Amino acid sequence: MAKTLFDKIWDAHVVREVAGGLTVFYIDRHLIHEVTSPQAFDELTARGLTLRRPEQIVATADHNVPTRHQDQPIQDPLSRSQVDKLTENCAKFGVELYGLGHQYQGIVHVIGPELGITQPGLTMVCGDSHTSTHGAFGTIAFGIGTSQVTQVMASQCLLLDKPKRMRITLDGDLRPGVTAKDLILYVIFQLGTGGATGYFVEYAGSAIRGLSMEGRMTVCNMSIEMGARGGLIAPDATTFDYLKGRRFAPQGENWDRAVAYWQTLYSDEDAVFDAKLQFDASAIQPMITYGTNPGMGIPLSASIPVLNGGSEATSFDKSLRYMGFQPGESLLGKEINYVFIGSCTNSRIEDLRTVAAYVRGKQKAAHVEAIIVPGSKQVEQQAIAEGLDKVLAEAGFELREPGCSACLAMNDDKIPAGAYCVSTSNRNFEGRQGPGARTLLASPLVAAITAVEGRLVDITQYLN
Amino acid sequence: MEKFQTLRSGVVPLPIENVDTDQIIPARFLKATTREGFGANLFADWRYTSDGQPKPDFVLNDARYLGHQILLAGKNFGCGSSREHAAWALYDAGFRVVISSYFADIFRGNALNTGLLPLQVSDEVLQGLFEVVAQDPQAALTVDLQAQTLTVPGWAEVIHFELDPYKKECLINGYDDIDFLISQEAAITAFEQQRSWVF
Repeated sequence: MAKTLFDKIWDAHVVREVAGGLTVFYIDRHLIHEVTSPQAFDELTARGLTLRRPEQIVATADHNVPTRHQDQPIQDPLSRSQVDKLTENCAKFGVELYGLGHQYQGIVHVIGPELGITQPGLTMVCGDSHTSTHGAFGTIAFGIGTSQVTQVMASQCLLLDKPKRMRITLDGDLRPGVTAKDLILYVIFQLGTGGATGYFVEYAGSAIRGLSMEGRMTVCNMSIEMGARGGLIAPDATTFDYLKGRRFAPQGENWDRAVAYWQTLYSDEDAVFDAKLQFDASAIQPMITYGTNPGMGIPLSASIPVLNGGSEATSFDKSLRYMGFQPGESLLGKEINYVFIGSCTNSRIEDLRTVAAYVRGKQKAAHVEAIIVPGSKQVEQQAIAEGLDKVLAEAGFELREPGCSACLAMNDDKIPAGAYCVSTSNRNFEGRQGPGARTLLASPLVAAITAVEGRLVDITQYLN
Repeated sequence: MEKFQTLRSGVVPLPIENVDTDQIIPARFLKATTREGFGANLFADWRYTSDGQPKPDFVLNDARYLGHQILLAGKNFGCGSSREHAAWALYDAGFRVVISSYFADIFRGNALNTGLLPLQVSDEVLQGLFEVVAQDPQAALTVDLQAQTLTVPGWAEVIHFELDPYKKECLINGYDDIDFLISQEAAITAFEQQRSWVF
């Protein structure tokens, strides 16, 4: 019977089906970090349980770490205690930890792929909603809560109901200046912030095939922002080329066997999806968000919509009040004080190259604070090896050390109340980048141009 | 996990859609390493001014709704971050039921694992419930989990709600998934021995 890519991987991981339609579902790889794991380790201990497969867990410290002076003790006592707790737990339970100072440390969804831990056909979870990122490799990957982290620790399984399957096809060539970030912001705008709730989404079509792995990760990363359990892209030569030779990728004969299997991971022609959507990728323009959820996006050169009543009117008005914007207004010309380039959405080497290529020989606007936080130590080292650190420094950008940083502002990297920040991260929720902070989500290219101009501009006029 | 069987309680109305878990519990309060105490910071940025004073126009600071254990919220409640701390914060603040016309997937699972019932109703019923509470802030709803019914004062018919039968049993008895998954040990071990896709 014809199967979707999702069904092929799902079916291979069913330990058994139990009454009521639930599935005991096997998890191949489990990523943990300091914020959502301490209560899980405690629960395990309280029940007299231990890790079932410690070798299938990898830990890093990312959410709550400073992005300056990582060689020194963490100043904030609560953050320090949380990071210390992760270190203690990993030592006690025998989990591989890439903590601060380690050459592999970084944002959990950046290091998994770059170390080759993420591979096609696997199932992966993490106590973080952006685990959907790993779907770019043809991996069933999704975020879980702390109780589920405990369940996977104890049993290597979860008890799940099977999501519905959606396919989103994007055919056509992306226009100059339009990136993977614009593509996914466009899709989320089309579906709305809850439009894919209950679904696992497969992205297909020539525009998706044409993306690099970094671009595909950006797309899958934001699947959760339209409510999807996860996103998936069928692996192909781009995927295999990216993985080959990575630290934990299969080697030698195993590599050939792996690729032979991975090549079977695609949706069969007659496979049935519960929902199918199609968009023309060539119609997508550089995007920006104006509101307080990622579905509130518009093309940069368009105007904020005007809403005529409806159940969403109260929420829409509240959102615009928070942002200090008016319905029907254009965002072009708006002064911006902060630019944040980073997060599991856009902190990979390709993102840093995009920014450096644009700002080379230019200067950020005097009133803009521009920080760029690499996704991992490896990205940071690669940027230095390519001389990007100098280009960025000369343009007035501050290159920090790796972590989640101002994406969720758990550490000291906060945007002040009322200030506007063009951010390459994934969420523009109220207060996400600090209490009162106003976030406008955009691509690294839009962020770089905004930093130089000091205001929002129609970026198509600024491309070479 | 505490058992949940029936609840009769007043409602706290929050007619906002797409309430994300960053609002329910902002990230800066996630630095604790235990499960307790998150209720004090529930909806912190909507509830308190920057110097920690209660904002009088936020519903949790409205004396009429004090002590009510049912939160009534706009659609797509709990979207965004997977932080289970959001469910813990609601529970810690005394809530036992959240009613909405739909919930984000991860939040729904986290709530059920916390002993907090995510009770899904239609958009029309949700609208009707907001009207009931607007007319009488003390209107008490009755949730009967065994019968899967919601009884609303003044309504001729009870509202039936759906819930996975396994999850229902878990809530009624205070069980969680760990015990069940541990009991599957033999099947899991057998499964692991035939995994062919790990290279």
